[in-house]
Amino acid sequence: MIGGLFIYNHKGEVLISRVYRDDIGRNAVDAFRVNVIHARQQVRSPVTNIARTSFFHVKRSNIWLAAVTKQNVNAAMVFEFLYKMCDVMTAYFGKISEENIKNNFVLIYELLDEILDFGYPQNSETGALKTFITQTGIKSQSKEEQSQITSQVTGQIGWRREGIKYRRNELFLDVLESVNLLMSPQGQVLSAHVSGRVVMKSYLSGMPECKFGMNDKIVIDKQGKGGASEEAAAGKSGGGGGKQSIAIDDCTFHQCVRLSKFDAERSISFIPPDGECELMRYRTTKDIILPFRVIPLVREVGRTKLEVKVVIKSNFKPSLLAQKIEVRIPTPLNTSGVQVICMKGKAKYKASENAIVWKIKRMAGMKESQISAEIELLPTNDKKKWARPPISMNFEVPFAPSGLKVRYLKVFEPKLNYSDHDVIKWVRYIGRSGIYETRC
Amino acid sequence: MTDSKYFTTTKKGEIFELKAELNSDKKEKKKEAVKKVIASMTVGKDVSALFPDVVNCMQTDNLELKKLVYLYLMNYAKSQPDMAIMAVNTFVKDCEDPNPLIRALAVRTMGCIRVDKITEYLCEPLRKCLKDEDPYVRKTAAVCVAKLHDINAQLVEDQGFLDTLKDLISDSNPMVVANAVAALSEIAESHPNSNLLDLNPQSINKLLTALNECTEWGQIFILDCLANYTPRDDRESQSICERVTPRLSHANSAVVLSAVKVLMKFMEMLPKDLDYYGTLLKKLAPPLVTLLSAEPELQYVALRNINLIVQKRPEILKHEMKVFFVKYNDPIYVKLEKLDIMIRLASQANIAQVLAELKEYATEVDVDFVRKAVRAIGRCAIKVEQSAERCVSTLLDLIQTKVNYVVQEAIVVIKDIFRKYPNKYESVIATLCENLDSLDEPEARAAMIWIVGEYAERIDNADELLESFLEGFHDESTQVQLQLLTAIVKLFLKKPTETQELVQQVLSLATQDSDNPDLRDRGYIYWRLLSTDPVAAKEVVLAEKPLISEETDLIEPTLLEELICHIGTLASVYHKPPSAFVEGSRGVMHKRLPARTGSGEGTECPDVGNAAGGSAPEAAPSIIPSQGDLLGDLLNLDLAPPTTTGPTPSTSGMQMGGMDLLGGGLESLVGTLGGDIGGSPAMGAGFGAAPAVMPASLNAPVGGGLGDLFDLGGGVGMPMGAYIPPKTVWLPAMKAKGLEISGTFARRAGVIQMELVLTNKAMSVMTDFAIQFNRNSFGLAPAGPLQVLTPLGPNQTIEVSLPLSTVGPVMKMDPLNNLQVAVKNNIDVFYFSCQYPISMLFVEDGKMERQVFLATWKDIPNDNESQFQIQDCHLNSEAASNKLQGSNIFTIAKRTVEGQDMLYMSIKLSNGIWVLAELKVQAGNPNYTISLKCRAPEVSQCVFQCYEAVLKN
Repeated sequence: MIGGLFIYNHKGEVLISRVYRDDIGRNAVDAFRVNVIHARQQVRSPVTNIARTSFFHVKRSNIWLAAVTKQNVNAAMVFEFLYKMCDVMTAYFGKISEENIKNNFVLIYELLDEILDFGYPQNSETGALKTFITQTGIKSQSKEEQSQITSQVTGQIGWRREGIKYRRNELFLDVLESVNLLMSPQGQVLSAHVSGRVVMKSYLSGMPECKFGMNDKIVIDKQGKGGASEEAAAGKSGGGGGKQSIAIDDCTFHQCVRLSKFDAERSISFIPPDGECELMRYRTTKDIILPFRVIPLVREVGRTKLEVKVVIKSNFKPSLLAQKIEVRIPTPLNTSGVQVICMKGKAKYKASENAIVWKIKRMAGMKESQISAEIELLPTNDKKKWARPPISMNFEVPFAPSGLKVRYLKVFEPKLNYSDHDVIKWVRYIGRSGIYETRC
Repeated sequence: MTDSKYFTTTKKGEIFELKAELNSDKKEKKKEAVKKVIASMTVGKDVSALFPDVVNCMQTDNLELKKLVYLYLMNYAKSQPDMAIMAVNTFVKDCEDPNPLIRALAVRTMGCIRVDKITEYLCEPLRKCLKDEDPYVRKTAAVCVAKLHDINAQLVEDQGFLDTLKDLISDSNPMVVANAVAALSEIAESHPNSNLLDLNPQSINKLLTALNECTEWGQIFILDCLANYTPRDDRESQSICERVTPRLSHANSAVVLSAVKVLMKFMEMLPKDLDYYGTLLKKLAPPLVTLLSAEPELQYVALRNINLIVQKRPEILKHEMKVFFVKYNDPIYVKLEKLDIMIRLASQANIAQVLAELKEYATEVDVDFVRKAVRAIGRCAIKVEQSAERCVSTLLDLIQTKVNYVVQEAIVVIKDIFRKYPNKYESVIATLCENLDSLDEPEARAAMIWIVGEYAERIDNADELLESFLEGFHDESTQVQLQLLTAIVKLFLKKPTETQELVQQVLSLATQDSDNPDLRDRGYIYWRLLSTDPVAAKEVVLAEKPLISEETDLIEPTLLEELICHIGTLASVYHKPPSAFVEGSRGVMHKRLPARTGSGEGTECPDVGNAAGGSAPEAAPSIIPSQGDLLGDLLNLDLAPPTTTGPTPSTSGMQMGGMDLLGGGLESLVGTLGGDIGGSPAMGAGFGAAPAVMPASLNAPVGGGLGDLFDLGGGVGMPMGAYIPPKTVWLPAMKAKGLEISGTFARRAGVIQMELVLTNKAMSVMTDFAIQFNRNSFGLAPAGPLQVLTPLGPNQTIEVSLPLSTVGPVMKMDPLNNLQVAVKNNIDVFYFSCQYPISMLFVEDGKMERQVFLATWKDIPNDNESQFQIQDCHLNSEAASNKLQGSNIFTIAKRTVEGQDMLYMSIKLSNGIWVLAELKVQAGNPNYTISLKCRAPEVSQCVFQCYEAVLKN
């Protein structure tokens, strides 16, 4: 198990050091500084073994977090824990920075004592932790409160406390997708996938049972055999938005979702944590709507000149608007000057980033735009050819490129007297670019 | 609230100030002071002097302050054990506190204070807390048992905490169950054969139920524990798999990987024709792919594991090639791993795509990545025959880029391609030869030289090319030198007329001017071959070479099986068994995949050893390492049977002991040569006279009588002094201008000593003595200078004892215990070699635990066992055991079967090699039989000699 946990600033000074096991000595702290933080090379592996001691490290802005062990621990768990640790710290004091860590070091020690016992991760849900680890010192608690805390921390529903009340029961669903694309210069799709998240913000009273439904192909097909009526209703609510159902390659759920039920019936039921949570993540690879197509044309004119022409085409309903469009065209390191002409938006050569950045605020569907640039190069003796990094793109569109649709989110709270109809529900779809690259 | 100010106090006299503040009456001031102390502690300052003052602050209602004091205690209690006792009262009191949070805090902290005296006081509170009404306290107490076990295992057993912990597995609260499972698993790990976890269908059922309800971390503990279970039959296996599969959709990657581990392991037991087996295979792919969208560090862990899974069951991911394509912004460690998996998944179906990608990667920035990509193209050619042509042309394109490291890497792989498809692509040699000048790395130079030598008849100016390399022969690395030697000999055999001069030149460079034994030996072999029988030389040097196999870097099947059982853990990241990087007994246990049922063999018994044989790995391809590897191995090849070179007409004074001639295994020399030389043991006879025959020892066993007395007590007898062989003459005076050296080796109180007697038989005074050892098998080296302080007059004798260390440079010698020594004085430098009894390397902590012994004995393959007879030894087993113990050979167990005593013994060598022995002693029979098992079987012979010497002296 984890033998110790250290937090360093970018200079390698220790900000937090908590040792859980006897086999980790003080010299481990220095070993990591010398061998990893001060190493000349960039990090070649996130797990480093120094003198039979293994260091798992992640970096958040300027801060290094390192978990140390001498045993054969579950490596995936250690990293998951480090990420979780970052989440918890962010939830308590915002951004992870040297200043914030120094300002809250007592709190961090208190947290480390609670969420890691003898190197075994314990309940690390911020919701539960905040009930008894507070920055304002411990409140005097009544006996009931105490037992409520402990039952929540250890209980089956560790992420939600009882007795939550709202005057207005409201919930927000965000379907956030990022489209990833790698395209060859000839326009062949080398790989494309959508990784999506359903984020839920709920302000619901009591312990509500929720059931979430979407146009998952497996469910729709199954129902098609059974009750056709519901499917018809689903088709209507889909609003004629293209596909009826989508094939989901794989999905993972927040720990509140009953996995065995999903496995057996493919239904998603849960009691949500109060406030925001990431209900599910999913991945699709079939029938993805690629919102933009990039057509590059690079021509080398002699040794000192490059001509670049890039066309982008939007590929969605003309009534919709894409936003925050940015095309990044890499330029060689020996670029001396660039002339750019673009039809729409603004384009600039940014020498520090070795790229031409072309920004367009808005663009409707089924449109086309073009940029052309002349790049002048300094002659070099370097034999090595320019690596030609891919052209990348950023954008945001108001639909889900995977075609996912939320069919329903039903809320049942048997003990309190509000029904599904009383809950105000909001659904929003946002598609963003992930790594959206076209080679040139 | 800004606590950062505590980090900035660096004044002198700070400790005194803090002391005053800690003793202040004001609560706020106290708390401030404790915070300052903790801040100093964090940055590494020693604030242990404040111990009593900080402990005084412990009695407080303020929980925050209490936690800070506890934190301090955990850090410093060990350095101040007596003071720590002061804290006990408060802990005991806190364990009774009405607030469950405080009860848990107390028991949690107490477990972290690793002071023996405190642990006694911990037992009662811990017992209460284990049965506390509040689950939060129980889950904390469960982990505390593991902490206590780490400090004092016996105490935990005596106090019956293990049983209480087992009961907690049936607790109503899922988190208590999870923590109990974690604690028990950890404790069980240090008792490999105990049946502590006692997994049976009932308890498994409980665990599976808790799995649905506990936190993500708890699920990991439970899944990791489940993976150690061996189901009784395929039905049970299937039902567990069915209940574990839902975990594949968990958001936590560690839960997913641990579930994959359980499924991969239990799948072994399912019949392959079962429908469910196919379904399960299909279910595994999507979650593995999803892991690749996690954060980069987790991606890395996932990729290392996928690498294993793909080797074990390639069918799972065979259609998922695209997800392993490298993204431009991936961190380098992710890129390199993805590349590895791409090659493993490459097949005829997807080769076109893969090649296009690899070509793209070869133009990237990172040098390591580019190299690996180029190498990958070569491996594709070797793996998918249909693609070979395209690969070769791609490589040629890359060579045209003239980027130095790309060219070199390409040449290395093209050499492998030649060896896979002989007589197909030799047309490219001309292009390769153009790049001769740009090669500056040994591996690439060696590869190019190999190509020139191998195809000398097709290259017109082969002799010129090789000659050009010869100019800087001494500056080349060994790899290149060896290759050059062989290449020129090949050239000579092919074109004898023009190249005689060249071959003469290289042979003399190799044999006379080089002090590298490998090179010299190979030089001599060629020389003799060429001068005695050129036809045989041709047969040997130009022999047909075996084709290299497709996959050159597969993990060996048994290791792969073990690693599959460790999916998700560090072992799977390092691709090494835990024993390779974990200290202590934890690593000894080797995990195996369960056997498929239906073969008739019952696998109910959880014995790991038995389950090993059953799971037949799918026809593992035989692996012939490609030539590059062989070259690399040349220096440390140590598997060949022992052979010795004859006394060489050496120009340098040092005689290099028997290097393995078989090291020249390249070009299939093995077959013909090995026999020849191995067959003439007389060659080795001229070597330093081995003190194999030991006359009666000078130091008779002093403790003999006493030992017998103690024997009556039945326990282990009193150890007698270590065996010390008598002194022999190592360096006769005639050979050393009047200096005679005799001596012996001894181990005294854990220190190895070389005891030398120096006699001056010359007429002049000798001064300025110094000693040096050549590299040897166990890294022996003088731990200090030779202490001869006064000049040694004529006919004077001096006895010196020189302490030795075992941290010197290592080189395998033959015989293994051969030591070459150089002694210098004001007259000259003298060389001699002697043999030390290996018993002086037996260390004092060589007594293995019984269970570890058993596990290790089973674990060492039978091929490593060697049997010897000791004749004419008239000791009974007790006496023998005592005698051996004196030399650090420890008897671990004794068994009497039909009047025959079986003694089980363990020995640990100074370099960490364990030797296990079974000694059979039959009453009345003076002949003993001894079996030795060791992971390095080469030492067995020496160990046997030492047994014989010790028992007979």
